Amino acid sequence: MNEFVETLLDLPWQADHAPKAAYDVVIIGGGGHGLATAYYLATRHGITNVAVLDASYIGAGNTGRNTTIIRANYGIPESVAFYRHSLHMYADLEAETGCWIMHANRPQLWMAHSVSTARTEQARALMNEACGVPSRFIGPDECAEIVPQLDLTGGGRYPIHGASFHPEAATARHDRVAWAYAQGALRRGVHIWQHTPVVDLLRSGDRVTGVQTAAGPIRAGTVLSAVGGNVTTVAGWAGVRLPIRTHALQAFVTNAYAQEFPGVVSSNDLVFYVSQGPRGQFLMGAEFDRYASYQQATSYTYVQSVARKAITVLPFLAKARILRGWTGICDVSTDFSPILGDTGVDGFLLSTGWGTWGFKAIPAAGEQLALRIATGATPALIAPFGLDRFAKEAAMADPSSAGTR
Amino acid sequence: MLRVTCPTCGTRPYEEFRYGSLFPVTPDSITDPDARQVDHAWMQDNVAGPITERWFHEAGCRRWFTAVRDTRTDAWSQPD
Repeated sequence: MNEFVETLLDLPWQADHAPKAAYDVVIIGGGGHGLATAYYLATRHGITNVAVLDASYIGAGNTGRNTTIIRANYGIPESVAFYRHSLHMYADLEAETGCWIMHANRPQLWMAHSVSTARTEQARALMNEACGVPSRFIGPDECAEIVPQLDLTGGGRYPIHGASFHPEAATARHDRVAWAYAQGALRRGVHIWQHTPVVDLLRSGDRVTGVQTAAGPIRAGTVLSAVGGNVTTVAGWAGVRLPIRTHALQAFVTNAYAQEFPGVVSSNDLVFYVSQGPRGQFLMGAEFDRYASYQQATSYTYVQSVARKAITVLPFLAKARILRGWTGICDVSTDFSPILGDTGVDGFLLSTGWGTWGFKAIPAAGEQLALRIATGATPALIAPFGLDRFAKEAAMADPSSAGTR
Repeated sequence: MLRVTCPTCGTRPYEEFRYGSLFPVTPDSITDPDARQVDHAWMQDNVAGPITERWFHEAGCRRWFTAVRDTRTDAWSQPD
């Protein structure tokens, strides 16, 4: 049990209450996405007869297992518009919820180590600038001005040819985001049931009418799955087949480093990213494991490979020591874009395909799905991300922007 | 750490191998030819349990092989 969450949220009333027999909306998954949707249903639409069910404690899944980077420099205009909205919502989240989420601006450098990758990053910068996300391509000298710790020769093997520069990028404390939304939702009457695993969906004809929990059935007007790596099982109960594969994504932090490290450094060629947390420790991540996995285990192979890549460009990190690591099991969609909204089954909605890019999207996805649930119409911002896009030959393929492919 | 069982060389560290692919399987319940194509191109079984994969023992016998691995435990077994 996460006692920090318990004290912060004051959930002890759960001990002598039981879930109601029916809610207007039941959300499976008490991570950032599920809680944000509940929060916006309550605050924007006055829908408070809502239950969020989590198999463990809130934020125990991928919300607590990411690298907390918030950015909007994606590769297709629809994605840029969506993530840009989310970036702006994050910037206002502390004022809106009254909770400190440790939001801090951390400009991102997305480095290129070859001429061809430099062209890709130039194209990314131009595209983002055109879509309203300030972004520009900078040369190696300016990279070194922004992040003086960089070795511009890349250890002799990976010289830095430049980087696309995204000054609005940020980081925030991941658990606090979940807690802020949970607190806001609870205050408005939403029920959050921790340690309440859903074992099946209730169906009536072609419609999903509720969920079956270990403790009994709960009927619902709308069921939203905000489940992470296990989403294929949940969707399978409704007969929905998904373009999702579950992969493990690992990350780790080092000991604290007194000197300020001003941004998020990532590399398109080496595929890794490094940022400094509020306590000075370095947070590193890279690509997800190639093979499908449902295990939250950390491997030495991975740590070694990321450390080697990071030291190539940031040699001072060779002296850092790893404090702890974590692994999330990610719902990676086959086109590397999220899947939001209707599923073709009445009463059953999805928020999935968050792969390794879900944390930055929490506010926008929650707001837009709440709008979808409240009005019954899919908002324009998430319309391109429906599950039906695959049959329409309108897949939103954007693997290079994930930074983890 | 993942250890891969090669039929020729036995159980060896993951670094010696290259991951090949899954065998995509479109369920027989999908009968419409267009829907089958969409399913083949995009959809995944994503089983939490034993799956059949291709692996290449790059730094060993340099042979491709088919193996069954449990995605929850990484336990290896021989394909049928």
